[in-house]
Amino acid sequence: MMSPELFQQLLFYVFATMTVGSAMAVVSVKNTVYAALFLVLCFFNTAVLWMLIEAEFLAITLVLVYVGAVMVLFLFVVMMLDIKKPKAAILKQSYTKAALLIVGAMLVELMMLFGYKLQDQLPQDELIRMPAGYSNVAEVGEELFIHYVYPFEIAAVILLVAIVAAISLTLRKRPENKTIDASKQININPAERMRVVSMKAEKGNGEKS
Amino acid sequence: MSLHHYLIVSAVLFVISMGGIFVNRRNVLVVLMSIELMLLAVNTNLIAFSKYLGNVEGQVFVFFILTVAAAEAAIGLAILVVLFRNKKTLELQEINDLEG
Repeated sequence: MMSPELFQQLLFYVFATMTVGSAMAVVSVKNTVYAALFLVLCFFNTAVLWMLIEAEFLAITLVLVYVGAVMVLFLFVVMMLDIKKPKAAILKQSYTKAALLIVGAMLVELMMLFGYKLQDQLPQDELIRMPAGYSNVAEVGEELFIHYVYPFEIAAVILLVAIVAAISLTLRKRPENKTIDASKQININPAERMRVVSMKAEKGNGEKS
Repeated sequence: MSLHHYLIVSAVLFVISMGGIFVNRRNVLVVLMSIELMLLAVNTNLIAFSKYLGNVEGQVFVFFILTVAAAEAAIGLAILVVLFRNKKTLELQEINDLEG
């Protein structure tokens, strides 16, 4: 039988590999819808990685908020916009070599940093395991609502502003709409609307002068 | 799993998403997705360090980053929709005519 630690390590390697693989798929597939779906896969795998170090609240939040709301929004936009295939001239102009150079340099530097330079400074032991009965949600909630109430409310206002901004950006006036525009009604100039013509008073038939 | 493992995974994730922004020659949507991936890598780092230091404040910070990232995605997509209405394209090469 496998020990629990070994099993967790196995899980970590499986999901870390899938995270990296789906991230590479996101940036390399041609079809944007597939890219969005691979991003969903990447979020799911990262949620499992977070759950493995007992950050359960954020793992669930990632799945609910990101996969459930943001990625669905992404998919909506991708499918709603009629994105045409890029022209051949654009496809020919490729930055792949420059990108690979920069990315390779960054990767080598980071790996040297982690594997060589910080080798004896970062501890290799397991991240802290909490005892049974420990609740990550309660811990985060206490911190959030005792010390971070003010930022929490600011975050709520930011979300409200985002809603209003997104709606007002995409709102379109329909020309056939018959709603009344109050400011137009108030700012009307009577001179443009009616003309007073001076003319002689007419005498009616039944009247005697 | 030690802190090391998580740092390496998030570094690789960050580098991939950065390469995605550089190599991308298709449309703005994939650039936005790469930015989301970058935020994910940063969040993984924050959670790993929060666990390593035994301090839950890092996770609270990740919570706020998620909130702001959701707002950013919503507004970014709204801007993209308006851009597509005006330009009829989302290719990066064809929307480079910002003038000062």
